[in-house]
Amino acid sequence: MNRRDLLALAGSAALAPMLGPIRTARADAGAPRLIVVMLRGAVDGLNVVVPYNDQAYYESRPTIAIQKPGADNGAVQLDGRFGLHPALAGLMPLWNEKKLAFIHAAGSPDPNRSHFDAQQYIENGTPGRQATADGWMNRTLAALPGTRTPTDALSVGPVLPFILRGPISVANLPLGPNAAQPMAIDQPQVASAFDKLYSGTDRQSLAYRQGREARTELVADMAGDEEQKMANNGAPPANTFPAMANRLAGLMTKDPHIRLAFAALGEWDTHVNQGAHDGQLAVRLRPLGDGLAALASGLGPLWNDTVVVVISEFGRTVHENGNRGTDHGHGNVIWLAGGGVNGGKVYGDWPGLATAQLYQGRDLAVTTDYRHVLATVLKRHMHLPDATMAKIFPGMPAPKGNLGQILSA
Amino acid sequence: MAPRPLKILAVCCVAALALIGAAWADPPPTDAQIIHVLNRMAFGPTQADVAHVEAIGIDRYIDEQLHPDKIAESAELTTRLAGLGTLKLDPVQLFNEYGPIFPAMNGGVKPTPEEQKARRQRANIIVQQAQDARIWRALYSKRQLQEVMIDFWFNHFNIFAGKGLDHLWVGRYEADAIRPYALGHFRDLLLATAHSPAMLFYLDNQLNTAPGSPGAKGDATGINENYAREIMELHTLGVDGGYTQNDVIALAHILTGWTLNRGNLRLGGRDATWFDPARHDFTEKTFLGRTIEPSGEQEGVQAIGMLAASPATARHIAFQLAQYFVADNPPKSLVDKLAQRFQSTDGDIAAVLKTLLTSREFRDSAGQKYKTPFVYVVSAARAAGVEVNNPRPLIGTMARLGEGLYQCQTPDGYKNTEDTWLSPDATTLRIGFATALGRGNLPVKNPPPEQPAAAPAMAGPQMQQQPQLVSDQPGQPKPEQPKPQPLDPAPIEALLGPTLSDNTKTAVTEAPDNLKAALVLGSPDFMRR
Repeated sequence: MNRRDLLALAGSAALAPMLGPIRTARADAGAPRLIVVMLRGAVDGLNVVVPYNDQAYYESRPTIAIQKPGADNGAVQLDGRFGLHPALAGLMPLWNEKKLAFIHAAGSPDPNRSHFDAQQYIENGTPGRQATADGWMNRTLAALPGTRTPTDALSVGPVLPFILRGPISVANLPLGPNAAQPMAIDQPQVASAFDKLYSGTDRQSLAYRQGREARTELVADMAGDEEQKMANNGAPPANTFPAMANRLAGLMTKDPHIRLAFAALGEWDTHVNQGAHDGQLAVRLRPLGDGLAALASGLGPLWNDTVVVVISEFGRTVHENGNRGTDHGHGNVIWLAGGGVNGGKVYGDWPGLATAQLYQGRDLAVTTDYRHVLATVLKRHMHLPDATMAKIFPGMPAPKGNLGQILSA
Repeated sequence: MAPRPLKILAVCCVAALALIGAAWADPPPTDAQIIHVLNRMAFGPTQADVAHVEAIGIDRYIDEQLHPDKIAESAELTTRLAGLGTLKLDPVQLFNEYGPIFPAMNGGVKPTPEEQKARRQRANIIVQQAQDARIWRALYSKRQLQEVMIDFWFNHFNIFAGKGLDHLWVGRYEADAIRPYALGHFRDLLLATAHSPAMLFYLDNQLNTAPGSPGAKGDATGINENYAREIMELHTLGVDGGYTQNDVIALAHILTGWTLNRGNLRLGGRDATWFDPARHDFTEKTFLGRTIEPSGEQEGVQAIGMLAASPATARHIAFQLAQYFVADNPPKSLVDKLAQRFQSTDGDIAAVLKTLLTSREFRDSAGQKYKTPFVYVVSAARAAGVEVNNPRPLIGTMARLGEGLYQCQTPDGYKNTEDTWLSPDATTLRIGFATALGRGNLPVKNPPPEQPAAAPAMAGPQMQQQPQLVSDQPGQPKPEQPKPQPLDPAPIEALLGPTLSDNTKTAVTEAPDNLKAALVLGSPDFMRR
């Protein structure tokens, strides 16, 4: 917990406890928001944004390639080189409105193909270095202007992920079947009893009060929500993203403090029977696309101030394997959506899929470091000064090209 | 101002006492001292353990706990563990019965993906039973210090149940490589982990192969440095232990061929691991300044011996023990003392612990540690005196708090510092747990249903897991559960009394009856040890 938090809370501790969420008159209207969606398990980027003009793509994937635009169940055309997986057709309105963009052949320079190591390197912002003690989104939180409030950053999911771990407190909201489940501390009798126990100025008391404030805000934000009943009936985990996205959009609309949000989706590790236009990958892409579209509509006017980044720890092999699936690869595609995005384009430096152009002869190469994409978003959209990049992404090499055009502001 | 000779005599007496390690001897131990000792050497006090320590004194308790083999284990615990069938299987049996289906086992037919998936789901019981066993041991074992050391060493030599084949072997790893050596000599412990299938798989040494060697094939065709790096950085010397990248490379070459015995695994042979000379690099290496003559497996044993004997290892382990048992920033005086003891006893863990547990620094450190989720939920159940026939609510709460059993993905294991675990969200969740436990709503009494509804163990990084949330909903009727009865707060307050502040005691007095136990178990005092 940093000094700013301590001082802020020492002041608020004097206030009568928990009169309800305090919407301070901070200039929150128009303040930029960032939502990061992490696809854990290495989604197959080559089947998400399909290089339909590369003959090598079809030669390497006899059973799992997506057919060219115009063919039955073919890719939806994005431009002269790339098409979108048909299961993501729901995103085409955003593409046509130029609020959706992709950066292909992007990712981490680290050669590691271990899921948990590579995810760690996306989350800690220091690829190749395990020892970093916090996540880059927590470091971003530290760099945002103004005093921190308990819901500045919101993580959606069961446990606080490493990407948000660090000295600044983050609100954690379990969404899904258990989300709307009341907690003991929501009961006034319980709360007032524990308030007395944790009435000091020590670290534990401060953490308690921050937890109470965050919980009070989130409960108020979720009150009367029709989704609550749906969630209680238990939606299956694989399809939770549209419900999650709806709830997140609702929360962000009601609570102007939320500036950073994070959600992770799993089950992308399609080693076996990946499928093509339908099948395992398609069935997971569909709710992802629907959820992103739901975010866009649910956020309403806030969409203009929001950028969503969808990222995965690495891509998958160009060649399909002996199990009609793909194995761990390297380069992937990063998705960008939001009001400030200069969309309708596939960015990046496409290296090609001929064997000589592949990473270690097997994977799509990485020609754009993921940190450069994030740094561009943090500087140009979140308005963080250049000097903070060295703290948020220590050791990041200088970018080769200019990614400034991915954002329209 | 005492005359000089008397002063010298007094000093000599104190010194003599310190030498024979009777540091706690003088008066009968206070309640506060007993609780402090049980908070660190055990998973928190119970009425029975307090009475025991009161009767024999702290010094004898320390000596007793340092020799777990001489402590008769609780018959009730033994019965509980006997019911966990997969605990009895060895790594090869686990692989055959629960591992992937091979055509040879399937009448020559390749299994469908659906069959493999069903097989994988069926194997979830292994991690579940390992988790149940660990909770029951922490709750009820009479060898409490040994269980505390298993928590310490498992994190030190961490493996992740969600990585590939490791879901088959976590329980066996703990039973074969950790438990027997937890209070023994560090070199034996280190070597046991280096020979275990779980570790060789987790840190990829099973792929580590001399390029171009006769055995190089499939996915094992080159050097893999992962284990060599982590065994130095995490298990022995420490990140500042003075090794170079060349040493990492050299050690990787030394350890080529330390791998899984795939033949035995598939055909039901005896050992899951072996040294494969066909994949070994038989050239001469230079490691930590010494020439390692090519000889095969002995090179690795020699290198591991060098690591175990290094002063950097002594300092590294000393620091970690001092941090675990005394304070997040342990006093240098203690770390130095422990490092010296480690070196002079050739890594005798029990001897080092004896020095630690009888030290002034340990004695004076009550309340300085914030409990990890594991220690918190187990100590709460112990203090509450509840009968836990269903450990799932405790396991689920630990996962919800971020310390899922066997679920740490990274090789450095779970930390035990306040910075790691204290957060607003964690505080709210712990209070929820304490309230459920205190109001009698935690469903621990009835044994869990035979077929769990969903796979509780993480199947790997690709699965988004929703661990069981502890629900404190007095209004929701549960057909099988008895009517919830709040716990009687009086024995819990009496047990923990010396550690509760005046503010806490007052708040408990003023609280409604059905919340008193919850308040004690959810108090800021009880979250520390």
